[in-house]
Amino acid sequence: MRTLAVTAPSRAMLGHLAWVLRRNPLTALASAGALALCLVALFSPWLTPYDPIASDVPIALQPPSAAHWAGTDQLGRDLLSRIIAATRLDLAIALSAVGLSFVVGAVIGSFCGYAGGKLDRAVGRLVDVLMAFPLFVLAMAMVAALGNRVENIVVATAIINLPFYIRFARAEVNIRRDLGWVEAARAGGESHASVVLRYLLPNILPAMAVQISLNLGWAILNAAGLSFIGLGVRPPTPEWGILVAEGARFITTGKWWLVAFPGLALMLSVLCFNLMGDGLRDILDPRQRT
Amino acid sequence: MRTSLGATTGRAARRLLSSAPALIGVLVFTFLLMRVLPGDPAVFFASGPNAGQAEIEAVRKQMGLDRPIPEQLLRYLGDVGTGQLGRSMTTGQPVMKDLRERLPASLELTFAALLIALTLSIPLGILAALRPGSAVDHGVRLLCSLGVCVPTFVSGLLLIYVFYYLLGFAPDPTGRLDVFAAAPPGITGFLLIDFALTGDWEGWRAAAAQLVLPAVTMALFVIAPLARITRASMLAVLGSDFIRTARSLGLSRTQIVVTYALRNAILPVLTIAGIVFSTMLGANVLVEKVFSWPGVASYALDALLSSDYAPVQGFVLLMAVIFVAVNLVVDLLYGLADPRVSIS
Repeated sequence: MRTLAVTAPSRAMLGHLAWVLRRNPLTALASAGALALCLVALFSPWLTPYDPIASDVPIALQPPSAAHWAGTDQLGRDLLSRIIAATRLDLAIALSAVGLSFVVGAVIGSFCGYAGGKLDRAVGRLVDVLMAFPLFVLAMAMVAALGNRVENIVVATAIINLPFYIRFARAEVNIRRDLGWVEAARAGGESHASVVLRYLLPNILPAMAVQISLNLGWAILNAAGLSFIGLGVRPPTPEWGILVAEGARFITTGKWWLVAFPGLALMLSVLCFNLMGDGLRDILDPRQRT
Repeated sequence: MRTSLGATTGRAARRLLSSAPALIGVLVFTFLLMRVLPGDPAVFFASGPNAGQAEIEAVRKQMGLDRPIPEQLLRYLGDVGTGQLGRSMTTGQPVMKDLRERLPASLELTFAALLIALTLSIPLGILAALRPGSAVDHGVRLLCSLGVCVPTFVSGLLLIYVFYYLLGFAPDPTGRLDVFAAAPPGITGFLLIDFALTGDWEGWRAAAAQLVLPAVTMALFVIAPLARITRASMLAVLGSDFIRTARSLGLSRTQIVVTYALRNAILPVLTIAGIVFSTMLGANVLVEKVFSWPGVASYALDALLSSDYAPVQGFVLLMAVIFVAVNLVVDLLYGLADPRVSIS
């Protein structure tokens, strides 16, 4: 992929990367955490100590112990196994939703930013309005309209992420559209579509990578929230939001582990992606540090 | 003064006009929502699942579902214009009435949460901005990073565990009032205000105790953006020339920070507060579910899960209206915080 060639090579960049990671061990830790999460998601069937959906009623609702590190739920299922098994589904939903909205948003945003004019202003206005609307409510309504299925959770999460990418791509392309090398590509006989897709889009990709990482965390929270309220994924499929929802019934009787451990998994994964996004921003654009 | 008031009103009117397309968009969206929803509404509204074909047809005719789609859309717009949002099948009441009954609960919760979030985040942001790079600054940053990572439904449940189960401070986390407590006469619908108006301080304390946990849960989630923007905005202002001048003139630290710097730094905070409010309207769904709070969000959710779509439509519409209203208020506050805005 030529897109990767923009970020990958340059020795200076790698040097800078090493420098930033040394200076900022938190980013290194977060990136390692994100990588570990992806590995867990990939190999989850081999990592679960027990069968995540096999119930064993005699040992129901046991607190964490040496045999069951995260305790057992109301049917005696091993909570740790369920959390590990859920990683794959949660990450898959978040990644595909963010990927979808990134591709669509980047293309729409780039063309708008390149073309400018009335259409661009109209899209900008629409995006502003959409971004300020209670997005979770929008997602809820969309899942209801499209049908209560996992694919629709992905679509709904992708759509509520869309405005961020459109706005971002639009702004980034807008400041580049009159630069020398874009001018040169046009003079060289490239069509407008080709200028946008082959020159401008790859150029703004590194900046958008930050947005992707920051958005992943948000997408995970949204998807988990939707399944927490009973939309999308259905029990007994292990999913972090559902695990918390199932544990919620037992919290007033003090069964804390049913909520705390899935909650911890959610929190850690979001934290990893957010910190990684912040770190990426430092690497790609040191001026933007806050 | 008069001109500035006129300018503010004019700006508010323009703002209201410019949000009209958004509102119409939401209307069309909610209409389409009803059209594409799985299931045939006529079958739902007929006497039962085994109603005869003739009866279903009659219901369809009666509901206007046999008309062309554009005509139905116009009809729907007319209905909404006259305040008819349909009837909920689960409660058997008009959606408008249900929403009106439940809205105060949601608003009370959201306002309480916003109040808690603002009173915590603005001082935190200021402290962090006064000593950038200090322990306070790092502490605030850590708090912000963690705050946005914990989903409201997890933090709410953990707060219940700690303050209800372990410590026993909090009352049973279900609803706005204890089941056996007497509700105040419905004056405003806001329990805290109604209890205060009737002078029932015992009841006021009980209602406040129910409110604290859900409000704190929601506040925790939005402290991060508010504190972050306060810090950034204060940092920018504190570095500007007029603050240096104020310092060199020997003004007291409090006067510089609170009177001069904060007033100038508050605009971005207001903008974010508006966005935060709208985020909280969404987060209401989760918090109301965790605490069995009888608000509009849990009403819409219950309806959604039992395939009762009129309340969902009404809810989305209500959210859009509130959201436009909040933007308007933020706009007006802008003019108050910085008179230059209303002139330009």
